[in-house]
Amino acid sequence: MNTVTADPVADDVPLIEFCDVTKTYGQGEAAFQALRGVDLRIDVGDFVAVMGPSGSGKSTAMNILGCLDSPSSGAYRFRGVHVERLSRNQRALLRRHYLGFVFQGFNLLARTSALENVELPLLYRGEARAVRHAKAREALAAVGLDRWEKHTPAELSGGQQQRVAIARAIVTHPTLLLADEPTGNLDSQRSHEIMELLVDLNRKRGITVLMVTHEPDMAQYAQRVVHFVDGRVATDRRNEERH
Amino acid sequence: MFWSSVLLALRAIRRNLLRSFLTILGIVIGVGAVITMVTLGNGATQAVSEQIASLGSNLVIIRPGKRLGPGRDEAGSPNFKAADADAIVAQISALNAVAPVASKSVTVVYTAKNWSTTITGSTDAYFTTGNWRLAAGRLFTDAEQRAGKAVCVIGATVRKELFGEQMPVGDQLRIKNFACEVIGLLQSKGQSTMGMDQDDTIVMPLRTLQRRLTGTQDVNTLMVSVQDGANTDRIMADLRLLMRERRKIAANEDDNFSILDTRQIADAMTGTTKVLTMLLGAVAAVSLLVGGIGIMNIMLVSVTERTREIGIRLAIGALEREVLLQFLIEAVALAALGGIVGITLATLASMALAALMQVPYVFDPSINLLSFLFSAAIGVIFGYFPARRAAQLDPIEALRHE
Repeated sequence: MNTVTADPVADDVPLIEFCDVTKTYGQGEAAFQALRGVDLRIDVGDFVAVMGPSGSGKSTAMNILGCLDSPSSGAYRFRGVHVERLSRNQRALLRRHYLGFVFQGFNLLARTSALENVELPLLYRGEARAVRHAKAREALAAVGLDRWEKHTPAELSGGQQQRVAIARAIVTHPTLLLADEPTGNLDSQRSHEIMELLVDLNRKRGITVLMVTHEPDMAQYAQRVVHFVDGRVATDRRNEERH
Repeated sequence: MFWSSVLLALRAIRRNLLRSFLTILGIVIGVGAVITMVTLGNGATQAVSEQIASLGSNLVIIRPGKRLGPGRDEAGSPNFKAADADAIVAQISALNAVAPVASKSVTVVYTAKNWSTTITGSTDAYFTTGNWRLAAGRLFTDAEQRAGKAVCVIGATVRKELFGEQMPVGDQLRIKNFACEVIGLLQSKGQSTMGMDQDDTIVMPLRTLQRRLTGTQDVNTLMVSVQDGANTDRIMADLRLLMRERRKIAANEDDNFSILDTRQIADAMTGTTKVLTMLLGAVAAVSLLVGGIGIMNIMLVSVTERTREIGIRLAIGALEREVLLQFLIEAVALAALGGIVGITLATLASMALAALMQVPYVFDPSINLLSFLFSAAIGVIFGYFPARRAAQLDPIEALRHE
């Protein structure tokens, strides 16, 4: 497992490298090819929006990028490590140490305070109680919720819940933040606030952000927009200017 | 990793207090039932032993018939005579007293009150063999015993029922068609475990009973009190030889009487309550097992219900074994908690029931420890399957779960 977390990585190695990645679900007649050979390279510090119609393979790509799934063929190198060669547990360790997840449905633990939700990843890292609390408070402060640490998700608004989820994702200081339609359940004003928070994290902390979205408005916040169509990357362009 | 799993498990239990309580209910009842049954059974066993000890230590009882208890064969087993007791006194040493005993159930009358009780006819030796003490009055004189005078010594219950608080010594009871003077009052011995009240008794000289009530010379029982330190086994062997000789039993014939000492009686009686205790404990243990299945049930439901939560944990980077450990610890913690609550309730229940049933409360650390460990083991066994199911979930599927 040392190979998973080995440091440092040479500067010229990209954070993410997809080489002809395919993913096939099912077998024989019923087989469905979700990804048909994707090449993609993302460098540290980038902010990438992934767009595309449903069934275009963007969710499959995100699952593989997030080390939740393995490609059927091709290579996925994360910081130079061949993820497709890793076991389930090794991928879990990769997620634990380098990735942060933000979901459309927030996915906070119910009946659990914001502080306990945020410190959850630290528990799996075996951090001491005092360290956990300090880091969790710091993360909550970074998303502007330092006064809400005792509140449970039911006592928080949607925007606040997503902020708690973002705090949980960044509490471990991840290299890569994966956001799956983070504004999908929020109204327009909250959506823009969340996007500004993500841009802020990207700029100030240098966290690489990968975000799936349906909304072109939200994609405008990204530096780069990748379009998926029929299991392939259709377009990959840089935004001229950012908000 | 272990402590963080413990913390996670405890948090999960705290998050769902009502369900956690319902989950452990089966274990609580199971552990509670096992401990209560066994504790009360032990109390009953001890009460029986104490009861038999109160009959008198070093007591040997000789009765006609081949054995004591149910299925007793009395056919061809003649009763004893008062002369048998005299022969024992004359021929066997190291004895405190030998009492020939005959008895009869009658209704006794005092003024307007009457009371059904058992009258024992015996000699002064009866009070020695039976560990009786006088509360008031006196015992029989030799002259009274020889002449078969109408005098009696009564137990505390008879006094209460007929005389109330009044001092009975010197008064006259009416027994059937004759008047009988109360010359003594016995100290109370209390209830026996078999529901017999030992104080519900009247003792009169053997000859009086034989002449006025039974009309025969028969003696039902010989009670022999052996001196402390004497060899009871040897005395019992001597008694057997003597009785065979007096009853003219040929060498190839079986005894038509039985000789038992209190230790044997105690073993026989406590043996019964011990078997009953084990049976009750076993029945209660089944409910403990059912409680374990209840835990598995709820844990399986919990895994399904918390699929998304498990997905979050896996996405965040929880290892399979960490999720397994968390759910396993949850199950064990619930079961152990159930065990502790069960032990507490059982202690209270057995104290209350022991008082109600008039048996002593005997705390048995081994059954408490055993029940607790058993409930924790049930947590491991029935918690493993749901925990493994949780650990093997696919994080992508789990996150998509509604």
